[in-house]
Amino acid sequence: MDFSDAATDGRAPTRTVTDDVWLVIPLYNEDAVVGGVVAEARKTFPNVVCVDDGSTDDSAARAREAGAIVVRHAVNLGQGAALQTGIEYARDQEGARYLVTFDADGQHQVEDAVAMVELARSDDLAVVFGSRFLDDRTKPGLLKRLVLRTAVWFTNQSTGLRLTDAHNGLRVIRVDAARKVDLTQDRMAHASEIVLQLGRTRLPWREHPVHVLYTDYSKGKGQSLWNSVNILVDLVFK
Amino acid sequence: MLIQVILVAAVVVVTVLLTRSTTNARHQAIRRLLLVGFVIAAVLAILFPEALTFVANLLDVGRGTDLLLYALVIAFVSFIATSHRRANQLERKITVLTRELSLAEARLERVDDSAVQLENAEPGPVLGDDERSRRTAAPREL
Repeated sequence: MDFSDAATDGRAPTRTVTDDVWLVIPLYNEDAVVGGVVAEARKTFPNVVCVDDGSTDDSAARAREAGAIVVRHAVNLGQGAALQTGIEYARDQEGARYLVTFDADGQHQVEDAVAMVELARSDDLAVVFGSRFLDDRTKPGLLKRLVLRTAVWFTNQSTGLRLTDAHNGLRVIRVDAARKVDLTQDRMAHASEIVLQLGRTRLPWREHPVHVLYTDYSKGKGQSLWNSVNILVDLVFK
Repeated sequence: MLIQVILVAAVVVVTVLLTRSTTNARHQAIRRLLLVGFVIAAVLAILFPEALTFVANLLDVGRGTDLLLYALVIAFVSFIATSHRRANQLERKITVLTRELSLAEARLERVDDSAVQLENAEPGPVLGDDERSRRTAAPREL
């Protein structure tokens, strides 16, 4: 064991400002990128929990190597289920104060997450939603923009909140708000459900502009437009 | 036409049942009574085809077999509705079970980790205190 390690780590007084933040990353078959995403995030956020949703590749091992704690689903349940598991894990950790939901595919920027946590701290907000439509950094295609706008409209109708973006995976949730989250939508429709449940807490919330990076990788894996049909059906026929 | 009104109403009722998420004893009892009624009606229709045609004519349907077909469609849609709901409930249970399992597993891993670290730290105490054990909520006395 290394002496210097023990001196800087452990119960040393050097408590960084991100010590009380837990990154929650649902993970399913992303072994090509998750290592990099976790390593990059861990430069800023020491606490990262990946929920391996029954991946059939080496995602869990890559995430663990990069320093994340991995919680494993024995079978694939869907992103919503993985998110709920991660939230339940993180909100019960000692000293956890903020949860950040983050995507495993590298779409999200760590700087955005930092800014959102800062905003939550400084303005005493319980929830900060990321929105890719508050500035013009994000460039979705026309069809994607149309579908997302429709999703926003639908979410606003059903949740009573006025958001500019729905189905954005980057959110900051304070622990007290996270305790009110109980997602029953196992698949993609959880994005509307989490807005609904967080809205019902009546806790202060705000949106913050984020940059969603549409890489070729994420485009290749991203939700196809067919998925929006499935989401709608999931929401209506519970 | 009378039959159209009845059929559309039936479809609407089934759809509403589908979107509501309650299953209580009353609903179950109603479903079972309907099933019994369905069986009896089927037997009667087989035994007395003229009677079926008579009922069909009352409903402005030309033939008894047509009425049977319509009834079958409604029964089929209801079946889809109930099995859909049952599948959802089952899925819910699997989700909860899997989540409990993975969270329990994660807790065990932490206890294991801290035990290993404690063993390693035995000769020279206090030193081997890496990040994972720092986060560990599990009691260090283990």
